[in-house]
Amino acid sequence: MTNHWIDLQHTDCALIMGGNPAENHPISFRWLTKAKEKGGKIISVDPRFTRTSSQADLYAPLRSGSDIAFVGGMINYILENKLYHEEYVKNYTNAALIVNDTYSFDDGIFGGYDEKTRSYDKTLWGFKKDENDKYVRDNTLQDPNCVFQLMKKHFSRYDIDTVVEVTGTPKDAYVKVIEMFAETGKPGKAGTIMYAMGTTQHTVGSQNVRAFGILQLLLGNIGLQGGGINAMRGESNVQGSTDFGLLYNNVTGYMETPTSTPEEATYKGFLEKVTPKAGYWTNKPKFYTSMLKAYYGNSATATNEFGYQYMPKLTPKKDYSHMRVFDSMYKGEIEGLFMFGTNPVVGGPNAGKEKEALSKLKWMVAIDLWETESSAFWQKEAGANPAEIDTEVFFLPACSSFEKEGSVSNSGRWMQYRWQAIAPKGKSKGDLEIIHMLALRQKELYKNSSHPAAAAVKALDWNYGHGEHPDIDLVCREINGYDTKTKTQIAGFKDLLDDGSTCSGNWIYCGFYPEEGKNHSKRRDNKDTGMGNYLNWSFAWPANRRILGNRASATPDGKPWSKDRVGIQWDAAQNLWVGNDVPDFTKDRAPKDEGGLSAFFMLPTGLGGLFGVMNEGPFPEHYEPYESPVTNAFSSVQLNPATKFGVEEFMTQGSAKDYPIIATTYRVSEHWQAGAMTRNLPWLSELVAYMFVEISEELAKEKGIKNKDKVVITSARGNIEAYAMITKRFKPFKIQGKVVHQVGMPWHFGYKGIATGGSANHLTPHIGDANTNIPEYKAFLCDVRRA
Amino acid sequence: MDFTRRQFLKLSGATAATLAVIELGFDDKKAKASAKDFKISQLKPTPTICPYCGVGCGILVYSDGKDVVYTEGDPDNPINEGTLCSKGTTVRQVYTSDKRVETPLYRAPGSAKWEVVDWDWAMNRISEKMKDTRDRTFIQKENGITVNKVESIACMGGAALDNEEVYLLSKLMRAGLGLTYIEHQARI
Ligand code: SF4
Repeated sequence: MTNHWIDLQHTDCALIMGGNPAENHPISFRWLTKAKEKGGKIISVDPRFTRTSSQADLYAPLRSGSDIAFVGGMINYILENKLYHEEYVKNYTNAALIVNDTYSFDDGIFGGYDEKTRSYDKTLWGFKKDENDKYVRDNTLQDPNCVFQLMKKHFSRYDIDTVVEVTGTPKDAYVKVIEMFAETGKPGKAGTIMYAMGTTQHTVGSQNVRAFGILQLLLGNIGLQGGGINAMRGESNVQGSTDFGLLYNNVTGYMETPTSTPEEATYKGFLEKVTPKAGYWTNKPKFYTSMLKAYYGNSATATNEFGYQYMPKLTPKKDYSHMRVFDSMYKGEIEGLFMFGTNPVVGGPNAGKEKEALSKLKWMVAIDLWETESSAFWQKEAGANPAEIDTEVFFLPACSSFEKEGSVSNSGRWMQYRWQAIAPKGKSKGDLEIIHMLALRQKELYKNSSHPAAAAVKALDWNYGHGEHPDIDLVCREINGYDTKTKTQIAGFKDLLDDGSTCSGNWIYCGFYPEEGKNHSKRRDNKDTGMGNYLNWSFAWPANRRILGNRASATPDGKPWSKDRVGIQWDAAQNLWVGNDVPDFTKDRAPKDEGGLSAFFMLPTGLGGLFGVMNEGPFPEHYEPYESPVTNAFSSVQLNPATKFGVEEFMTQGSAKDYPIIATTYRVSEHWQAGAMTRNLPWLSELVAYMFVEISEELAKEKGIKNKDKVVITSARGNIEAYAMITKRFKPFKIQGKVVHQVGMPWHFGYKGIATGGSANHLTPHIGDANTNIPEYKAFLCDVRRA
Repeated sequence: MDFTRRQFLKLSGATAATLAVIELGFDDKKAKASAKDFKISQLKPTPTICPYCGVGCGILVYSDGKDVVYTEGDPDNPINEGTLCSKGTTVRQVYTSDKRVETPLYRAPGSAKWEVVDWDWAMNRISEKMKDTRDRTFIQKENGITVNKVESIACMGGAALDNEEVYLLSKLMRAGLGLTYIEHQARI
């Protein structure tokens, strides 16, 4: 989230699309309700009329997988009718920059495409610079090669009639959505976009989010209280676990994992490659070196490149993401697997196939509170023959969050502490202790080894107190960082250095523990410090800022766009940015100073990216899902041309002839993710006890299905049983003149626990987004019949 | 309404779904109040954050050291100000559920069952497996460049772990053991 939950109360209009907070983030609705009481509006855009829709002022359905068409049409309408926030667009976005004339676009394909590798030469999409290395601008926004004009041209194809033919949205509802949300483009108004996995889990997921970004920049909604782009996180610490580098391509704080390209053979070469020439990321060497110091302590010195060579290097262009893990496993390349509270046999795409891959492992370690479908994949109940499965499986019982202590970061980046209320149940242990025990044993085993595999293990700095129970306070100090000589805590990331004199496990968290005895994640002062930002409650990364990009909450000359919604403002007398939030800006850089308008200073241009380089192009373009009942109306390119394919056995694709119905998955309020944390609890299991599929009255009639009938849902990947729930919440879509049905089902179920049922992910495809490779769970094809 | 909180929960476990629904919303202000008097008046609440979604609601946990007696929304947390949804409300059962696995378990190759093992045995054996796999499959160089990596072990999950835990996990798995397949729920 650029903003945070409490800030939702300040919005004039919340566009909720690809998410259903009333059911999946229920308490967020307290703040939306407050916004409504103050006259704010809620718009819900969803294939299904959800509980969020029922609370909205306006509801518009769209077919799963047509989001770019929907938002692209909004962008076009706003540009055509000049509903954008002109001053904001001119000053804070890259609208005026001139794009090199190597940029082109024709029939769904941008210039520089290589069909063989399904990738683009992205260097063709750069900005023009003058002889002094300055970006060339046209402040009138008239140059045909400026971002504004190229964007206008690109989205001109997204006219309302074409859009509604593709999305299936009733035209009048669509126009109302645009007009209602475009109201927030007026100076002084603020609109927020709230989304979740309904947006991201598509082959075009990242560009769906980019389209939101363009819309919000055009309307001047980023950086404002009550504005922003707000991704609603589904797990208590999926924010933190991403911040801390638990994805293959990032180390902590969103920095690059090294690869084995020749430039990256040395630390110096690596830093040159990953450090941009302008923007705040020019400080990256300080953050990276401080991280290496936290990792390798005294074994990281200037003479050994701060231990850089101990770090594993990825093979360039090799994808190590979730689906590729299972591809490799299936091919027998992976011997061992750790699963920390995760259950891919229920939660993974094409889950039946992913389960099959698990049996190729030599060993597996499951760390969990519950026996899950994944840790028990070898059992008869799972449809396996145990005698044929040679995997050694270890189950280590973890304790729950209140049987240990530590912090979690919510969607709003608030790092809140959880204290220990009771000892771990039975012989279970906290994950911190389990990880610590593993580390100590590896260190012991490699102590006297001269095997190359021993080097990094021996160099790893691992000093968290005596015995098997680590001292969490020492871990916290290291995450924040300290002076490596004096051991005094570092006050904030601006003080980190690249000479090895500071360490910091995660630069974006640097400042949460700025001095002895002050772990700010433990702060509980709940007095509102202004605009609901509660600056003394917990800690928000970075630097306790509650609203990202808040320089843009003020006009170019530093005054708030609206008196009712003050983020920060320029105080000329004090020569400082002051206000209700920690400035997300150099605190004494005046509006008139060089860079005084660079609200988006993380980027080299300092400007919000209307034009932004992604794997499939600098502007979002509509492509159909991997499985779709229609052909692409916008170009002759059916599927995202940069989406990659994996191992063939996983890639089964159904056609509309065999599977004419669109399917999507979602969650219910009473269950959580792959279910282990709720289907093992009596109350929640009683509340939603059975797997079901939601079917429209029209489709039910066509198929002769009655409410509560047992039905079979089939896709190219497999079939599952569920109870039919016939509802008015789904309505057939009219797409390009033909009637298309859509069904939806929860993905929480499996055969373990108290509440059991078919796993929806046995139906979902093994293909993902071109940038993140998040699977396309939200739009695929199926058929439904009575069991 | 003079039954205790504990009886209340037992009842819910034993009866039909509809009853549980009524109970959740049941107004039990009176019952709750009396249960509170009996059960938690002497106990100090411990603040925690809900382990479910990313809203981050505050919860107070009342424990007598042997059991979790009662949980409720934390009125001081500015995000939820004491309110909770169905999941947060049920958090006590994360402790009390009889489905919790309480000891390390081991499944031998080809076996159809789990065996109870002790921590030391499990940890030592896992550590030996890790070392054996690493030593056999360690990649020191790739195209002449030092890569120091292990592509035969994967580490998945972690979205429900604490920050301090995920920090140590990525530090150990990547910087110590050289894993490249490090993934978690944010991807899926
Ligand atoms: S109580 Fe409900 S809304 Fe609040 S954090 Fe927990 S799951 Fe999310």
